[in-house]
Order: sequence, then structure tokens, then C-alpha cells
Amino acid sequence: MALQSLDITRRSATTTPSPSARSTEEVAKLIDVTTCIGCKACQAACMEWNDLRDQVGVNVGVIDNPPDLTEESWTVMRYAEHEENGNLEWLIRKDGCMHCADPGCLKACPAPGAIVQYANGIVDFHEENCIGCGYCITGCPFNIPRISKKDHKVYKCTLCSDRVAVGLEPACIKACPTGALQFGTKQDMKDYAAERITDLKARGFANAGLYDPPGVGGTHVMYVLHHADRPELYNDLPRKPAISPLVSFWKGATKPLANAILAALALGGIIHYVTQGPNEVSKELEKEEEENGP
Amino acid sequence: MARNPNELVRYTARERANHWLTAICFVLLALSGLALFHPWFFPLSGLFGGGTWTRILHPYIGLIMTVSFLGLFFRFAAENGLTATDRQWLGRLGTLISGDPHGMPEQGRYNAGQKVLFWILSVCMLLLLASGVVIWRAWWSLPVGLERLAVVVHAASAAVLIGFIFVHIYASIWVKGSVRAMTRGTVSRAWAKQHHRAWYRQMTGKS
Repeated sequence: MALQSLDITRRSATTTPSPSARSTEEVAKLIDVTTCIGCKACQAACMEWNDLRDQVGVNVGVIDNPPDLTEESWTVMRYAEHEENGNLEWLIRKDGCMHCADPGCLKACPAPGAIVQYANGIVDFHEENCIGCGYCITGCPFNIPRISKKDHKVYKCTLCSDRVAVGLEPACIKACPTGALQFGTKQDMKDYAAERITDLKARGFANAGLYDPPGVGGTHVMYVLHHADRPELYNDLPRKPAISPLVSFWKGATKPLANAILAALALGGIIHYVTQGPNEVSKELEKEEEENGP
Repeated sequence: MARNPNELVRYTARERANHWLTAICFVLLALSGLALFHPWFFPLSGLFGGGTWTRILHPYIGLIMTVSFLGLFFRFAAENGLTATDRQWLGRLGTLISGDPHGMPEQGRYNAGQKVLFWILSVCMLLLLASGVVIWRAWWSLPVGLERLAVVVHAASAAVLIGFIFVHIYASIWVKGSVRAMTRGTVSRAWAKQHHRAWYRQMTGKS
């Protein structure tokens, strides 16, 4: 087996259970939006650790740079200006893979082992098994995976699974200067978030709360939000993310249903042939035609 | 061409070539499509050089099949219009399947079952083409909501198409003399008289 911290619990396009004798603590990254200053140190650290150098790009008129996630930018800061009670709030969200407990990407993937979920909760792409179909993109409720134009493989945040495997925190956490990014067991992160939320409520943010959406079984990247009642304020963070019912139907009911119908038809044909026999031209007609001639 | 005067020409060489090009495309598409549809069938991707090659080739084979199927469509559409007799024939399909061909209304070049198959396959091909184009990510990315709908439509219409092709293949095995019609082009007069009497009369001028 692999390192205990990288034991695999779920594997794409695999119908049998993964080894599950050992159990591992679930980990989580906590992004405290309320203490983020938008310095992008996490973005730089992500590039640095993962050896990614995205194109420099152009200024699109706002501070967001790059303006969107790409196959070479696995995390980006998204900035929103929001006015409330006469105050301007600069809502800054570090966007990237949420590492869902019920990952839509993994559900949609047709290539065995291209997407895995480790026992610690991290969802990781193994690009060497990726076939480049992009089904994971249709499965993801957060619009995260990006397909490379160079190699047609899909990339996203790994939650630095390589660092976590050897007991280090992800690179972005290491770089954060304000402590807005925290990493630990999921329970510890929830406990820490609860303290932050109590503090925020005391300071007038009555709707402060934790973003750990149950629609995807909870996530292994969580946000502390000042306005947890309105996650869409943070550059359209989905209010109730869930795997699309179309994707669930496609990857759920249609598979056994189609297999069963096709198997029944094939078997039915064989049974019909051996019970009814072939439909041959009757001897009388053949004789009739012989006698009449062409 | 019928070399034997006792035989009738059912399919010309061009029709046969067109049919078998479509059939080969179908087999390749079904195998590669099933490989991407269910993990059980993923090993079929080995036939195409691995998962990535399967993903690359499948849409191009689909385009060839579309063109080839259009050829069949325009060759045969005019003769596949459903009539009132066809409805009667379909109503008695059960007795035919249980081995009793007596009392079936007489049929022209195509029987009602073949006609229904023709139209179902045509609709499936249209749905497969439209939904397949939407999810052809090697060339473009369309809105994700549309893609989610397209993947379901693609899988469902493919399952229906494969199911009806199973029926089509079985019917040709069951009705002796049919495979010859599509491989050699000819059928015996007696075959025509039994299975497609109106077509027999049209071809021979006899009753």
C-alpha cells in the first residue's frame, strides 16, 4: 500500500471497493476570507511549489490576475467590491478546488484511476491516466478543472498531496502572512472556524459562518465568510452546490439500465432462435417458384 | 446483378457498400463508446490504442458514420414511409415472432418493422450527432449546462441505437436469406414472395 496519508478510498471508473482496512484522519484547508488581505502570496507559492509558470497575461482592468483558473494557475484570488450599510467591503476569495467529499469530477470520469480520493479527503488528478475527455468539467459543481491546450490533460489544485503525504502543510498555507489560511484535521479546522465566527458575530457580522456545503458531502477546503447567508457575494460562490442531477442520472441509473437492456436483448435473441427456430422460406413457395419458372 | 434468373436483385452494389461502411463505423463506435460509458467496458479501449486514442478517434469515426448514414437515409427514406397496412402488420407482430407468419398483411420492399427501425435509427443518429458535437472538447468548450444535457442525450440515444441494432442483426439471422441480400445483393423469388409479397409482384409482374 501507499503511504497511509495517501491511501486511496475512491478511484474513478472503478466498480469494486478500494482497500479500506486502515483509517486516516480527514484533513482540511480553512480559508478565512475575513482576514485575507489579497496579497496573492498563496498564488505565488502554488506556482513555486508546483513548478507552474502561467503566461504573464494582460491587465483586465481589475486586480484579478490571472483573471481565471487555468491549467497552470491552480488557485486565483477573486476580488469583489460590496457596499453594505454605507461601508465598502472588499471581499477577497481564494478560488480553487474544494476537494468535495462527494466529488462530481470523480463520478463523471470514465478513465480508471485518473481521479482518486485519498483517505484524508484530498481529491487528486493522476494525469498519466487522464484521457482528456473533459467529463470531470461537466461533473464539477464549482467550475474548477481546466483542460490543457498543450496536452489535453486536466489540472487543478492537488491540496499539495505530495507535501501533506510527508506531514507538511500545503504551499499556500505556508506562504500566507496573515494566518487567513489554516490547515489541519477537518475537525480542528471546524473548531478553529467556530472561534473565528463567534468573534466576527461579536464584531457585528451577524451572518458570519462556515462554508462547508452539505450538497457535496462537505468539502476539504472550507471558507469562513462574513456573509455566509449570501455566498454569491464572493464572486458567485455557489449557494447550494451539488452534483447536477443530469450527471447523477448519466453516471447512475443509465449505466445499469442500458447494460441490462442490451444484455436482455442479446440473451432474448439467442433464446428465441433456439426455441422458435429460424424463419425459413416455406417449401411450398419454393416448389411453386420452381414449377412456374422465372 | 442476378446471375441466376430465379433470383431478384434486392440491393445494388452501391447500397451494399454504403450499408457495410455504416456497419463498420457502428461497430467501432459502439465498442469505443461503451469503453467510455461503463468501467466494465473500459478494457475495450485497448482495441483503439488506449483510452486517449479512443477519446481522440471516436468523434471522427462518428463523423464518417454520419456521412455514410446520410447516404443510406437518402437511398431508402422514400421507401420507408409508414402506411395503414404497416399498422396492421405491427399489431400482429407478436404472432410472427412466435413463429406463425400466416395472416400477416402483405409487405412491400420493407416491412413495417424495418421501417420503424429505419426511423428510430435516423432519430438516434441525429441526437448522437447533435449531442456529440456539443461534447467534442478537443475543438471547443460550450456552456456546462448544455454539456451536461448532451452527455445524457448521447448515452441514452446510443443505448437505444445499440439495442435496435441488436434487433436488426438478430432479425437478419432469424429470417434466412436476409444476410445474402446485403452481402451478395440477391434473394430467391420464393423468399421475396414469402416476406415481401407486394415487392415480389412489383418485381416480377406476377400475383
